[in-house]
Amino acid sequence: METVRTKRDKILIIFAHPYPLQSRVNRLLLQEVQDIPEIKIIDLYEKYPDFYIDTPSEQQQLITADLIIFHHPFYWYSAPAILKQWQDCVLEEGFALGKGGSALHGKKLMSTVTVGHSKRSYQLGGYDRFPIEQFLLPYEQMAIHCGMQYLTPFVVYGAHRITESEVKDQARNYRQRILNHLSETDHE
Amino acid sequence: MNNHDLLANTLVYLGAAVMAVPFAKRLGLGSVLGYLIAGIAIGPWGLALIANSLDILHFAEFGVVLLLFLIGLELNPKRLWEMRRPIFGIGTVQVVTTSLIIFIVCSLLGLPWHNALIIAMGLSLSSTAIALQSLKEKNQLSTPTGQSVFSILLFQDIAVIPMLALIPILGSNMEQSSEPLLETLKVIAVIGSIIIGGHFLTRPIFRFIAATHLREIFTAFSLLLVIGIALLMDAVGMSMALGSFLAGVILAESEYRHELEIEIEPFKGLLLGLFFISIGMTIDFGLLLDQPWLIIALVFGLLFIKLAVLIIISRAEKLPASQQGLFAFLLGQGGEFAFILFTTAVAAGALEQQWASLLFVVVALSMMTTPLLLLLNERFIEPRFLHLGGHQPADTIDDPHNPVIIAGFGRFGRTIGRLLHANKIPTTILDHNPDQIEDARRFGYRVYYGDASRLDMLRSAGAEEATLLIITVNDPDMALAITDLAQQHFSQLTILARARGMGAAMEFLKRDVSLFHIEVQESALLLAEDALKQLGYGAFHAKQMAHIFRNHEQMLLQKMYKTDALEKRIHISHMARKELTQILEADEEEQQYLHNHSWGER
Repeated sequence: METVRTKRDKILIIFAHPYPLQSRVNRLLLQEVQDIPEIKIIDLYEKYPDFYIDTPSEQQQLITADLIIFHHPFYWYSAPAILKQWQDCVLEEGFALGKGGSALHGKKLMSTVTVGHSKRSYQLGGYDRFPIEQFLLPYEQMAIHCGMQYLTPFVVYGAHRITESEVKDQARNYRQRILNHLSETDHE
Repeated sequence: MNNHDLLANTLVYLGAAVMAVPFAKRLGLGSVLGYLIAGIAIGPWGLALIANSLDILHFAEFGVVLLLFLIGLELNPKRLWEMRRPIFGIGTVQVVTTSLIIFIVCSLLGLPWHNALIIAMGLSLSSTAIALQSLKEKNQLSTPTGQSVFSILLFQDIAVIPMLALIPILGSNMEQSSEPLLETLKVIAVIGSIIIGGHFLTRPIFRFIAATHLREIFTAFSLLLVIGIALLMDAVGMSMALGSFLAGVILAESEYRHELEIEIEPFKGLLLGLFFISIGMTIDFGLLLDQPWLIIALVFGLLFIKLAVLIIISRAEKLPASQQGLFAFLLGQGGEFAFILFTTAVAAGALEQQWASLLFVVVALSMMTTPLLLLLNERFIEPRFLHLGGHQPADTIDDPHNPVIIAGFGRFGRTIGRLLHANKIPTTILDHNPDQIEDARRFGYRVYYGDASRLDMLRSAGAEEATLLIITVNDPDMALAITDLAQQHFSQLTILARARGMGAAMEFLKRDVSLFHIEVQESALLLAEDALKQLGYGAFHAKQMAHIFRNHEQMLLQKMYKTDALEKRIHISHMARKELTQILEADEEEQQYLHNHSWGER
């Protein structure tokens, strides 16, 4: 019984892209992993086009997962707005933090981001001046605050110029990272 | 009548109808008067194109049968049972009182009592065809007035059976089956077999016929069914009209109800038209020319008596004052049953032919007055009452301190009321449609009967203390009238309004009411959003497109309400359509731009 329960929806991808049709890279990444049985994908803009987040239902999904992935394009050095709305609604006191707020303890958080600029641009002295990890610090700290472990982000650089085959390589890498995680947790 | 005659006659009838009816409707006279005029025009006193008008009349009476069948289809036994009180209540009062007065008048004029009785009975009846057709045209069948009219007509249809049974007894040529028990048993047997047949047989037969996929056979079967039932009823001595009405009621619960309705409807329309045409043709203008004053006096006398009784009934029934005229005029004429009754009486030797001919003219002329009286009523009498606010007495409101007043509690107002109710916001609700109030009260809402476009009504609803007035009434003119009143007298009120369309929206803008919504716009946009999603747009993207469209409409409205000239308006809306496409395209481009450049390699 126990194994069946943990097998289901172990990985929760919180996906945020306002125009998924126009997102070649993100779509391919998702396609590559969506058949993994332990994965559940929530498309926030599709599910909540008017930003009215169903907090209890979202919290329920989090409880069964052990790896949570924030998957989104990088807009203004951050996530599209709905992910912030999701954080504000779902990660409330008594659930994710504060008194009795231990629902996320021991879980893992990972960011999957697609950025337009190159890796060269995201470094000290580069066009974007800082490495991507710096921009992702709020997510890292959020994870720590909620008692979670923050994993190395999965980043696809130069998302607009990348060729089809390069995207496919990246998608395979993405899948591999998730499968690795699954086998790791099975060993535990 | 040979084939050629038949076609030629058909040509004349159809031609007259096609010419006269649209013309009459255009002039606001109603289709019934149009048909009557067509009948006069082609009849013996007009162009004399048709000879045997009485035969045609008998044939066309079947239109009335079909009409009642269709009305039966729209009722079901349960609703009919609910109506038993008005049918036998006001129905009896109307027929008995009117007959009694006419009987007394005829006796005073020196007619033998049995003649007086037949004339009184015949003239007390009204024209089902005219009254129901007019009600349907005015869409008033389901209003309290319509229901009362219908109840009386139904009772008359029932009353005609004993009347017809009475005639041979009053006549000299006695020949009557003297076994009333057997007759009754026959009637019961026929109705029983229709109930059982309607329940168990129609379905398999209809299914069998539908399986042939031959539409005309379906039509043929529908007609066969009605004609068969009518003849069966006739055979056991019931009126065909009443019989087919009952059959309609029985079949009202059948799943083929709608198909039946669709198939019978055009025949009913044409035959009923033919019926009115034949009435027009049977008016004997020769008799009218011989004794014009006598006939005019008789017509007026008849109308006077009938209208007086009807007005008293409508008062007693507490119909709205503005509707009392409609009620009386709808039933004030002599009816087609008079023709049948008098013809039967002549045949039975209970009435002399010359009396019958005279009465035919009187009844036919009285039928002609109905459309005219209805027109007068609509133009001059009704508006007066509406403006004086002479509706049924408004309810007294016992909790006039609520912050919100909702005027109009139909489907639209109800949703608003429910949401406010759910948020425990006390509201005072006004509506002037008794049916809606009945419904809403059944579900526990405090709805008051009253016309919100009346100052005293608004005042007693607490408009002086309230903060919000939500106007959701159906009639755009009424909504504006309420707005004007409220702005004039209760300036502290914030007005929220339902606008039926762009035109109404502009009127609100002119009055500085900005909190309005165009009623169908939101649901249309939601559906459009769904359409975009089905075509592959993301949910958020589709919503955004709808937002852009909505804003644009809003802007367009702002522009348009300032220009009243129609031409300019059309021009603006043309320009606007162009503009919207541009905006939507620009938005598309912006996204592409965002996508391609802002986060791309520089």
